[in-house]
Amino acid sequence: MLEMKGITKRFPGVLASDDVSFDVYPGEVHTLLGENGAGKSTLMKILYGLYEADEGEVLLNGEPLDIHEPTDAIEHGIGMIHQHFMLVPTLTVAENVALGLRSSKGVRTDLDVVSARILELSEIYGLKVDPNAFIWQMAVGEQQRVEIIKALYRDAQLLILDEPTAVLTPQEVDQLFVTLRQLRDDGRGLIFISHKLHEVLALSTRITVLRHGRVTGSVSAEGATRESLAQMMVGRAVKLAPDKTEAHPTDVKLAIKDLRVLRDRGEEGVRGVDLEVRAGEIVGVAGVSGNGQMLLAEAIAGLRTPSEGSIRIAGTEVVGMNPKEVRGTGLSYVPEKRMKDGAISEFTVSENLLLIDHNESEYLNHGLYDFGTINEHCQQLVEEYTVKTPTLDTPARNLSGGNIQKMIIARELSGTPEVLVAAQPTRGVDIGAAEYIHKRLIEQRDESTAILMISEDLDEVFGVSDRVAVMYEGEIMGIVDPKTATREEVGLMMAGVGREQTGG
Amino acid sequence: MTIEDVRRRRLLAYSVPILAVLGALAIGAIMLIALDADVVKGFSRLFSGAFGSTDALIETALKATPLLFVGVGITIAFRANVINIGGEGQMVAGGLLSTIVALNSPDMGPFIMIPLVLLAGLAGGAIWGAIPGALKAYYGVNEILSTIMLNVVAVQLMNYLLRGPLIDPLEIERGTRIPQTERLVESADLPLLFGSGRLHIGPLIAVLAAIVAYIILWRTPLGYRVRAVGQNVDASRYAGIPVKRTIVLALTMSGALCGLAGAVLVFGSEGHRMVTDGSTAGFTGSAGFNGIVAALFGGLHPLWTIPASFLFGGLLVGGLALQRAVQVPSALILALNGLVVIFVVSADRFRRRLLERPPVVIEENDDNNRNEVATAAVAAAEPTSGDHPEGGDS
Repeated sequence: MLEMKGITKRFPGVLASDDVSFDVYPGEVHTLLGENGAGKSTLMKILYGLYEADEGEVLLNGEPLDIHEPTDAIEHGIGMIHQHFMLVPTLTVAENVALGLRSSKGVRTDLDVVSARILELSEIYGLKVDPNAFIWQMAVGEQQRVEIIKALYRDAQLLILDEPTAVLTPQEVDQLFVTLRQLRDDGRGLIFISHKLHEVLALSTRITVLRHGRVTGSVSAEGATRESLAQMMVGRAVKLAPDKTEAHPTDVKLAIKDLRVLRDRGEEGVRGVDLEVRAGEIVGVAGVSGNGQMLLAEAIAGLRTPSEGSIRIAGTEVVGMNPKEVRGTGLSYVPEKRMKDGAISEFTVSENLLLIDHNESEYLNHGLYDFGTINEHCQQLVEEYTVKTPTLDTPARNLSGGNIQKMIIARELSGTPEVLVAAQPTRGVDIGAAEYIHKRLIEQRDESTAILMISEDLDEVFGVSDRVAVMYEGEIMGIVDPKTATREEVGLMMAGVGREQTGG
Repeated sequence: MTIEDVRRRRLLAYSVPILAVLGALAIGAIMLIALDADVVKGFSRLFSGAFGSTDALIETALKATPLLFVGVGITIAFRANVINIGGEGQMVAGGLLSTIVALNSPDMGPFIMIPLVLLAGLAGGAIWGAIPGALKAYYGVNEILSTIMLNVVAVQLMNYLLRGPLIDPLEIERGTRIPQTERLVESADLPLLFGSGRLHIGPLIAVLAAIVAYIILWRTPLGYRVRAVGQNVDASRYAGIPVKRTIVLALTMSGALCGLAGAVLVFGSEGHRMVTDGSTAGFTGSAGFNGIVAALFGGLHPLWTIPASFLFGGLLVGGLALQRAVQVPSALILALNGLVVIFVVSADRFRRRLLERPPVVIEENDDNNRNEVATAAVAAAEPTSGDHPEGGDS
């Protein structure tokens, strides 16, 4: 039903899409797979009318498609489910669905008609929603269902799903996939964008892999493996699960007792967490975003004051200390929002590497910076941690996400910390860099650092951690051994279904 | 985008302020034409009045001096992402404190007196900067409002002190009651350069201050913290930088430089005394505001602020020459200055946009990089079977 032929799109200095051809048949899920910046979004934005292609043509049902803006796309039966939902929080489901459509009752609204149709659609596709509920009251999974209904209401035959699973628990993902398969069986065409390989394999009919704006392969999902897909994405063989030896945990370095932390708005976001991390082990904290993991990390780092409880780093109570003092006890912290908290985008690579140590006497000579020593130190870090940068004086904003993260990790590990808290260490990072970061974390563990790794990526949690703590609504639901636990078990715990504590 | 493009863009960015001034002058020319004045004569006088002779250059340098102090001070505050509109008040505070010190200390000779009064000016301005700094850092008071309000407080304080406690006893004796101090101690006079004339060491001190500010901002941990806080408060907090204290310090340093400008105005003045006509501008010549323009004109860089202040000072001096030459109302000169301010400040947005747009995003997008990463990252254990064929069964 859709044919995109020879699509080329240039941005200043970048060939975002280079002679890409892509097609979708009715009744199939065609996945676009690729790393950040591979050209997936560019291609979809062209299809949806947000960009115009420099070369190439788009055919829909054999007819050349002339799309200049999203309304054209919608008219042609193309619907897009964005990664960040396009819903008005203060309106109801029905109002959101009706938004932008002509009312059947002229100047009066026809929300009753809309509601009836919504119920009908939700019945057919198992998309449970209440047309009169307000968006702001809904959980993320429900909001996504509204987005899908919005597209179906407009009778979208071709649906683009941009990383739809990023915000869902494994169970919600399963539920979503049931709906998507049903849509597929209805004869609609689905374009699925993702970088989670196991999901791609579970859902797709065909998979097209993009790298640097070019198609590096287009395969049928049958017979494809995670390894073969990763290889096409990166251009070389990739190890998806890092090599890891048995951990040899020794003393407790991070001890958290009955920790309670308030959110900005005052409600309790961490509700009585007890957790210990020993030297020489990696404890993974799994959980869906927003279940208190970030509050936990910020409390440990001294960026947020707990309302109750105790945190000891290498034996020292750190509750009440400021971030600098906490670092003094041997903590390093890789923050979740790397461009907000971890790096200063306008600062150069060497200035960023100096962020923590900018006042250390070894870099000063009579109170002035000794750039010889600084450059030597930074050059060494950049080489050791394979940070790709033209020079040390390049502003951090010119680096790719993966390189910025490697720069932050280089800085945080350079002091051989007693305790490392790493939040989402590889989110949005390309596979090569992620692989490297995992390897460094395990090496650091073997140098007997106690590591607490917070992640929403279950592959990462299972691949890197020695123990997995699952967080749900501010509580630890249980601690499991990743070697024996299954994804389903952890998934259930992430959704709040309890489990007896097993591991240490 | 190539390196060439980046260079071209930089060049364009740096020429934006000049284009802005030319644009302002073009509109000024239209106003002159509307007033039936001789445009060519007017503008040639503007330039000769500013830079055409030794006297003109000296006048320009003296006019530029407070602009440079204030401009550098503003730059430090801006670098910490604090907007200091209080240069006027900080100049007054510096002038007052240095005057009070000069009036109340025994004459200890120029080698002590000159540094002493300059330090007093520094301290006066620092206090006047620290107040809004502390209010912002600890109580969240908007610094634009508080610095402006403190300008008003400073001028009233000056009027009160110069009419009362600090007034020249002679003025009371004679009954003239001009609000001014007595002639301040001679050993605190700023020494003149080249023997006689009007040119004192003020401009040199200002240039020195700009260099010191540059060194502080880019060569010391303090400057690092100021810039870090200005760029990203979250990352600074995360790194353990005391954000609040740094904000206070930045405004204190900013105020100190403005205060120094005030002291130089007093001890470099021809009367060698502090006088008020009741307004701030009467004392500062509006340098506390015009210095902001000089700072923006200089791209918020202490060293570039040196030529920027000189050019802007020239414009102010030349404007008077223009007015005299073609007999236009003095309001026109004010309007012309205002135009330059508007043009330069609005152009700054374009300039920054040109510089900020990331010229090239360095992705790991060539296979050399890949292989490097690969060799470094993947333990030699896993043999890569040569290069993977591009594309599967497409």
